[in-house]
Amino acid sequence: MSERLTALELRNAIAAKKLSSVEAVRDCLGRIEKYDPTLGAYISTFAEKALRDAEAIDKKIAAGQPVGLLAGVPVAVKDNMCTAFGPTTCGSKMLEHFHAPYDAHVIEQLLAADAVIIGKTNLDEFAMGSSTETSPLRKTVNPWDNARVAGGSSGGSAAAVAAGLCAAALGSDTGGSIRQPASFCGITGLKPTYGRVSRYGLVTYGSSFDQIGSLTRDVADAALMMNVIAGHDRRDSTSVAETLAPKIDYLADLNRPLDGLRIAYVPELHPGADPAVRKAFEDSMAVYRSLGAEPVEVTMPHYPYAIATYYVIATAEASSNLARFDGVHYGYRSGAADDYVEVYTKSRSEAFGAEVKRRIMLGTFALSSGYYDAYYLKALKVRTLIRRDFIAAFEKADCLMLPVSPTTAFKIGEKTDDPLKMYLADVYTIAVNLAGLPGMSVPCGFDENNLPIGLQIITDAFTEDKLLRIAQMYQNATDWHKRSPLL
Amino acid sequence: MSLQIDRKMVERVAVLSRLELSESEIAQFSAQLSDIVGYIEKINVLDTEQVEPLAHCLPVQNVFREDVPQPSLSNEQALANAPDQTDGYFIVPKILDDNSGA
Repeated sequence: MSERLTALELRNAIAAKKLSSVEAVRDCLGRIEKYDPTLGAYISTFAEKALRDAEAIDKKIAAGQPVGLLAGVPVAVKDNMCTAFGPTTCGSKMLEHFHAPYDAHVIEQLLAADAVIIGKTNLDEFAMGSSTETSPLRKTVNPWDNARVAGGSSGGSAAAVAAGLCAAALGSDTGGSIRQPASFCGITGLKPTYGRVSRYGLVTYGSSFDQIGSLTRDVADAALMMNVIAGHDRRDSTSVAETLAPKIDYLADLNRPLDGLRIAYVPELHPGADPAVRKAFEDSMAVYRSLGAEPVEVTMPHYPYAIATYYVIATAEASSNLARFDGVHYGYRSGAADDYVEVYTKSRSEAFGAEVKRRIMLGTFALSSGYYDAYYLKALKVRTLIRRDFIAAFEKADCLMLPVSPTTAFKIGEKTDDPLKMYLADVYTIAVNLAGLPGMSVPCGFDENNLPIGLQIITDAFTEDKLLRIAQMYQNATDWHKRSPLL
Repeated sequence: MSLQIDRKMVERVAVLSRLELSESEIAQFSAQLSDIVGYIEKINVLDTEQVEPLAHCLPVQNVFREDVPQPSLSNEQALANAPDQTDGYFIVPKILDDNSGA
C-alpha cells in the first residue's frame, strides 16, 4: 500500500508513526522481487542493510529523537554514484566488481537525512546513451510498455520510481539523462544548475556537463530531494559557493504561484516533434494561460546546433576522463596481456562496450592534432552562442518551455544500430546542459498508445526555487503525474 | 565533401585511445564515425570569428584551501580494487626487459 505515497507523504506517515519504515521497506522489497525480474530497474539491492537501517530509524522515532528529511523512505540511486557498501558498476564490465572505498557526497546527504538506500539502478554504460540499452548488466524496460525503453541514461531510476519500486531516486543528467527517462516513464525529473549539487563520488563522463538530480513522483518530492542534496561541497571544485547561491528551503514557497508568469516558447523548434507531443505541449500552454501566464514567442537560432556541439565537447571530456581505466589501479584487467601497454589496451578493449568506445574515439579524434581547432575549439565557440540564446530568452520571460523529447518511449532495439539516430533523440534537452541551466520534466499527457509525454521547463542558473514553483503551478492544476502504469 | 573517417584514421585514433579494434569494429566505426562527423560539420556554417570559446558555462574561479593534510584513503583501501597487488604495491607486467637499462 505504501507504494502509492509520495516520498514526502511517506516520510510524514513514518514520522507520525502511522506506518513504520520497516513496513515501507518491506513493501518496496516485495515489489522489487515481484516486478523487477521483468523491469530490470536495479543492478543491485540491499535488502538486509535496508531493513536494518529502517529498524534503526523506527527506533529513533519511537524514542522521540529528531529524524531527517527522508526518515525511513526507501530511495534508489543510479549506479554511477559511489557507495561504500555494495558494488558501483556504472553499468560496465569495466567496473562490474568495483567496490568504492567511499560514499559520494549525495550518498552522505541521503544517509544524513535518514533515507533508506534500497538499491542501485541500471544505466547506459558510463551514462552514455539515451535508452539504458548500452548496459551489459541488465535490460531495463518501460513500466508502461515492456516492449519499449525506459529512456536513458537514468532509465533504471525512472522505471523504479514509475513502478513504485522506490519512493524517489537519484539520477545524473549530462545531456538529458534525467529529463528524458522521466518523460518516457511519466514521472517528474529535475536536473539542477551545474554546480548546485556536488559531483564528488559521481563517476565522471563529461565533467563540464554532469549534474546529479532527482526522479520523483511529483514536484514536491523534487523540492524535498533538493533540500537534501543541494549545497556546497569543498571536494568538488565546481560546486558553487554558498555566498553565490545560498541553499534555501525549496518546499517553503512551493505552492505560491508566480504572478504575471511569462513563458518563452520556440515555435520554430516544434515541427520536429510527433503530433501527440505537440498537442500535449499546446494543451500545457493552455493550462498555464488559464492560470494567468503569458506566452512569449522567442527564437533560439542556435538550438539546432546543440547536438553537434555536445557530441564534440562531451566526448572530448569523456576520452580524457576514461583514460583512467588502465587495468592497473581498479576495474577489469585482461588475462591475455603480456606487457604494460597491452594491459592498458586489452583491458579497455575487452571491457568497454561499443558506445563507450565510439565516444572515446570521437573525443580523441576531436582533440587530436590537426582537428582540435576545427572541431573542439569551434564547438566551444558555438557553446557560447547557445548560451547567449538562453540569456536573450530570459530577458523576455521567466522560463522557457519545450517538449522533453520529440517522441514518446521508442521500441527496444529501434535505434541501437544507428548511433546518430539515437543522438538526435536528445534534440530538446542537450542545449540546457551546454548552458549549465536547471531543467525539469513534468508529465503533461499521453499519446495514442498510452505512453507518457513530458513538458520541459527551463529557468536561469540557480533559480531552482522558481523552476519548482512554476512546475508546481502545473501539477496543482492537472493530474497527469498521479497516473501509474499497470504492472 | 565532408570528412571521411577511413580505415587508416580509425586505426590511428584507436592507438591514441588505447583501444584494440577487431576487423568488424574498424569497419563499423569507420562508417558510424563518418556519419557522426558529417553531422557535426553543420556547426561550420556558423560565423564564430568574433566569439570567445566557452569552456565552462558558469563563472568558475580558482578554489583555494589551507595547505593542511586531510584524511585520505589508506594504502589498503587504495589497493582494495587492484586487479593485482602485493606488499602495498600495484603489480604490472615488466615495463623494461632484462637487457635494457645501464
